[in-house]
Amino acid sequence: MRLTLRVWRQPDPDTPGAMVTYGIDGISEDMSFLEMLDTLNEELILKGEEPVAFDHDCREGICGACGVVIDGEAHGPERTTTCQLHMRHFEDGATIDVEPWRAGAFPVVKDLVVDRSAFDRIIGSGGYITVPTGAAPEAHATPVPKPAADLAFEHAECIGCGACVAACPNGSAMLFTSAKVNHLGVLPQGAPERETRVLDMVATMDEEGFGGCTLAGECATACPKGIPLQSISMMNREFLRATVRGR
Amino acid sequence: MAETSPRPHTVNAVHPPYPPYTEYTVGAPALDTKAPDGPIAERWNRRRFEAKLVNPANRRKHTVIVVGTGLAGGAAGATLAEQGYHVVQFCYQDSPRRAHSIAAQGGINAAKNYRNDGDSVQRLFYDTVKGGDFRARESNVHRLAEVSVEIIDQCVAQGVPFAREYGGLLDTRSFGGVQVSRTFYARGQTGQQLLLGAYQALSRQIAAGAVEMHARTEMLDLIVIDGRARGIVARDLITGEISTHLADAVVLASGGYGNVFYLSTNAKNSNATAVWRAHRRGAQFANPCFTQIHPTCIPRSGDHQSKLTLMSESLRNDGRIWVPRARGDRRPPAEIPEDERDYYLERTYPAFGNLVPRDIASRAAKNVCDEGRGVGPGGQGVYLDFADAIARLGRRAVEEKYGNLFEMYERITAENPYEVPMRIYPAIHYTMGGLWVDYDLQTTVPGLFAIGEANFSDHGANRLGASALMQGLADGYFVLPSTINDYLARHPRHEPADASHPAVEEAVADTEDRLRLLLAVDGDRTPDSFHKEIGELLWEHCGMARTEEGLRKALDRIPRIREEFWRRIKVPGTGEQLNQALEKANRVVDYLELAELMCLDALHRAESCGGHFREESQTGAGEAARRDETFAYAAAWEFTGTGNPPVLHKEDLVFEYVHPTQRSYA
Repeated sequence: MRLTLRVWRQPDPDTPGAMVTYGIDGISEDMSFLEMLDTLNEELILKGEEPVAFDHDCREGICGACGVVIDGEAHGPERTTTCQLHMRHFEDGATIDVEPWRAGAFPVVKDLVVDRSAFDRIIGSGGYITVPTGAAPEAHATPVPKPAADLAFEHAECIGCGACVAACPNGSAMLFTSAKVNHLGVLPQGAPERETRVLDMVATMDEEGFGGCTLAGECATACPKGIPLQSISMMNREFLRATVRGR
Repeated sequence: MAETSPRPHTVNAVHPPYPPYTEYTVGAPALDTKAPDGPIAERWNRRRFEAKLVNPANRRKHTVIVVGTGLAGGAAGATLAEQGYHVVQFCYQDSPRRAHSIAAQGGINAAKNYRNDGDSVQRLFYDTVKGGDFRARESNVHRLAEVSVEIIDQCVAQGVPFAREYGGLLDTRSFGGVQVSRTFYARGQTGQQLLLGAYQALSRQIAAGAVEMHARTEMLDLIVIDGRARGIVARDLITGEISTHLADAVVLASGGYGNVFYLSTNAKNSNATAVWRAHRRGAQFANPCFTQIHPTCIPRSGDHQSKLTLMSESLRNDGRIWVPRARGDRRPPAEIPEDERDYYLERTYPAFGNLVPRDIASRAAKNVCDEGRGVGPGGQGVYLDFADAIARLGRRAVEEKYGNLFEMYERITAENPYEVPMRIYPAIHYTMGGLWVDYDLQTTVPGLFAIGEANFSDHGANRLGASALMQGLADGYFVLPSTINDYLARHPRHEPADASHPAVEEAVADTEDRLRLLLAVDGDRTPDSFHKEIGELLWEHCGMARTEEGLRKALDRIPRIREEFWRRIKVPGTGEQLNQALEKANRVVDYLELAELMCLDALHRAESCGGHFREESQTGAGEAARRDETFAYAAAWEFTGTGNPPVLHKEDLVFEYVHPTQRSYA
């Protein structure tokens, strides 16, 4: 395949960026999108130019490190992570736009790399169950009904890639936050901190500069792990419940 | 980077051409393992009781550095902080949640015996020692089996959503090399769920100020002052700033070194720099040739391949592995009648069938492919067929168990495994070798501990499936937090390590010189091109089957690749910025040295055991033939200077409880 790439290049957060056009040839349709970028980077290095910086690690769709906006869509045209997107989904001769996540709370670090550390701070404000090592009861002391366990798992699948934020017209982190609130909230182990968790995590989400939610639904469409939009309404209910009960 | 005066001797040290070595000298036996004696079931209790403790009020005065945030590092950082220590933690990823433990799929073993199928601590101990082909340390493995039970309790309490039965209790499944059902799982994402549990516990401590977290920061050297590990040199991957961090103890939880092969199931940025730099500073490296090749990975599709993707071993519970009986049979699988298929694992190993241990399954796949019976492009693959399972259980049940794995397979290969059998081929997956540690998980450098895949201790020459998660969490949650107390209590905090100590300056200068040189060569080859070259060489000569001839060839070739590297490497940009090419090149520097030690270790161990298969040493049936009379030891290698032959220290392995036998899974 022969492609034209228009890639966002920005040397650092303080220097304005721009789209730069590169032609690239000899791309196999079995390549992943990142392997296509690898090919471009090998050429750039040999020319003495700086390769395009992008985050990536496991390349199996689970670590959540990778993620770019491809032709205006977070992670591109398929519902998967960028590393699991293969070139067979593009036409030979196509022009492809590659941009970083665009969101106020995710400042660009360089090229396609953004700073998603706000997510870690949201988790740190309540996305856990307080159980110091050694303090756990025997595992079977707390049976969990299978439907609750399955529901928890469905939300726990979030990989923290940030596609939900990038896809949202408001740059909101509601889907990310609700996934963790619901994962822990539906389990009996999570019950003691149920109210403080949702209140604290939502407060941190707001402090970090994420936008408000208008239920546009773009987040759930972009989510590579299929966290459902319903997750947000579940969290809203949790939030209301916690507010009414007080802390 | 801070200004330092040029130091030509250091540049020479990192800019060899230095000669190949195939020789080594044998030194004193390995240091005391410190394993308590007495009945094996009492040893861990005894060690914990005999260990000195640090008064809770004094713990916050002790700083412990933890490098890595995977299952071992994340669990250790959280637990040490909960105990009251001041933890300074590092990861190269943008978030501690992304460590590669997250990609573990299948499950975690624990001797809970919830199935009432005859499991026990003793059986998990036995299975692990046998599975490791009698090259692991009995005391450590027994402790691992004991602690396994507590891990499940801890993780359930954290909210890890393990698979459950309708009654609300935990479900389990079987993995290779065992005949009980002791593997707990969360669909095909067990590693992810366990890691998020550890990450959340760690996040709580970060928010509480007990852990000082440095993400996107990579350890590039170890600081040893007066014979004790006192800190690390690290590079901020965003600004390029080189910094030093001093502490009372350093814990390496930086994972394995499988990426030395270039193509592996490891994350792209997983690397060996932390352990290799520690090795150069005095930590002995044990059994570097013990690498695990996982039988069920998606075959490579072309030269562009950047990594290999694992398909969980759990698939072998229901999938049947086969190849055509006839060589060169190119018919599509559906057109090959049942009697023209060879279910070679079921045929050769009727007792364990498709669930033989990984080393055996991998080698069997290689053998049928070498015979010309492999399938798919280049004949480098075998079928993993779910047709029978779908007919027996129904598609829904198969989807429930393996849905996400099937989807991943289809996404990568564009083939639907519900209709066409999967094609799989072995790939490098895990490294049993690592830094030598004693029973306390302390390396040969006092104050330097290694946990999880970074150490060597528990899996011998072959790791059983679902045991990596168990070991990482055992080390991180339970073992290290107990044993490190003893070290810290015996080294009451003296003056904080002096930042102007010559050892600190030297480590910083070494690092800066190395990076400066990488940027200065301005040659005509990329870091990846060298990484691929060394990886292919290792795969060929130090991969699934090894021979003296091949290993000597590799040992002859490696120094020449290294020489070429320092002449032709090209790294654009500067060191004072996010520079991913520089990161890669710096990791390749260490791979080029580690590869040599791996080959030397493989050459010196003229026996087959577990994942280390020397063609010269096999049974009549083509199985690995151990030579216990000569090689029943762990090989701990001491670094003696760049380009100098290393010194071998042997730790004799004593088997009091499991009698070494030829492993049989037939």
